[in-house]
Amino acid sequence: MTGTEPISGTQPLARSCPFDPPPEYRTLREQDPIAEVTLPDGLPGVLVTRYADIRTVLADPRFSSQRRTVRIGAAEPLDAPVPPPAPGMFIMMDAPEHTRFRRLLTGQFTVRRMQQLAPAVERIVAAQLDAMAVATGPVDLVEAFALPIPSLVICELLGVPYADREEFQRGSAMMLKVDGDPEESRRAQLEMREFMHRLVLAKRAEPGDDILSGLVRSGELSDEELVGVGVLLLVAGHETTANMIALGTMCLLRNPEQVAALRADPSLLDGAVEELLRYLSVIQFGIRRTAREDLELNGHRIKAGTTVVAAIPSGNRDAEQFPDGADELNVERPYSPHVAFGHGIHQCLGQQLARVEMKAALSALFDRFPTLRLAVPVEEVPMRDGMVVYGVHELPVTW
Amino acid sequence: MKITVEEDRCVGAGQCVLAAAEVFDQREEDGIVVLLDADPSDELAARVRDAAIRCPAMAITVAE
Repeated sequence: MTGTEPISGTQPLARSCPFDPPPEYRTLREQDPIAEVTLPDGLPGVLVTRYADIRTVLADPRFSSQRRTVRIGAAEPLDAPVPPPAPGMFIMMDAPEHTRFRRLLTGQFTVRRMQQLAPAVERIVAAQLDAMAVATGPVDLVEAFALPIPSLVICELLGVPYADREEFQRGSAMMLKVDGDPEESRRAQLEMREFMHRLVLAKRAEPGDDILSGLVRSGELSDEELVGVGVLLLVAGHETTANMIALGTMCLLRNPEQVAALRADPSLLDGAVEELLRYLSVIQFGIRRTAREDLELNGHRIKAGTTVVAAIPSGNRDAEQFPDGADELNVERPYSPHVAFGHGIHQCLGQQLARVEMKAALSALFDRFPTLRLAVPVEEVPMRDGMVVYGVHELPVTW
Repeated sequence: MKITVEEDRCVGAGQCVLAAAEVFDQREEDGIVVLLDADPSDELAARVRDAAIRCPAMAITVAE
């Protein structure tokens, strides 16, 4: 495919710093930006590491979203065909099927709608902080703050009744726990689908002004698709945001001068959130596509059926796009579009919600606990290496 | 400058509204782009160009 030998035979996974992507990405960007590699699950693939090429891959319809998902250590045969998407799983669909689902939802996630939701998000954040404040010893910020916020916000959006929210939170935490017993997590997934199915039936009987009721009212989707969309919104909006809040907090605690800059000028908050999204890029293995046909990408030939990885964390550190210290965290960086939410027709549907949640959570946390600090040495924080969404398993903090 | 938007391409990500809310809005019912001002003043030019670059679906065209 290329004239030169790939320098790295596999997709880089090992980090040398908890906030930086694996250092090999820099070499790949410079020397082998469209590289033939072995992916973490043993598949052969093409790893795309430069910002501009990543945008091309994600926006070009010759790259299909129907793809093999990341399965580390899975024992699936390598030549298994790309599986069709499950009902409602529209992130794995191409136009026009994808368009049908996305158009039903975009009205619910506009900038204006999400800004209207901000006061409700701020109330959820304040309640979690109140609960944290009564604790005397160190608190795990993931369990006490970072996970419950997106979970409760999704409850609000999907219209989960108050009485069912504890069950919902417990169920979603179980379902997303990938480090546990696989049998247990399969059961949790089934239970969540059943929960969502009951919710769909309840909305059909008595619609409210929530997203699920809106989808039911549209009459466009089957119950199976409604359940699929509900579970997808839960999964997509839960771990990603939770990890950005927890890892973002840890990163800010390690960069006190950035916190000081934010305190001195709260108008930097919007930019700080964009910078954390760029700098931390929690979709650590990137976004996968499948070449729909034999094609050429920036002079490199790629065969039909090849898995192509857009390495988001690498693109967001590309000095071509971020010339002023791409590897520095700088909340005062002038905005330059990053690819933390992806690019192309699948760019994160919930990105405006994620922004509202991150702003509300991070600003209230540092206001409420100005002396917030890690309760353990930084090396002892358990990082989510090997997880699809990077971050921390736990973040013991005190104040 | 002259701006055109392609509603069919738009995926309702809201990037254009973040970049230049004076020029772009989203339809209430489906979040699709609404062009508020097809020929905005010069001081908005940089932000309009930024909106076109940010748009994930390449639905915004700017002619100088």
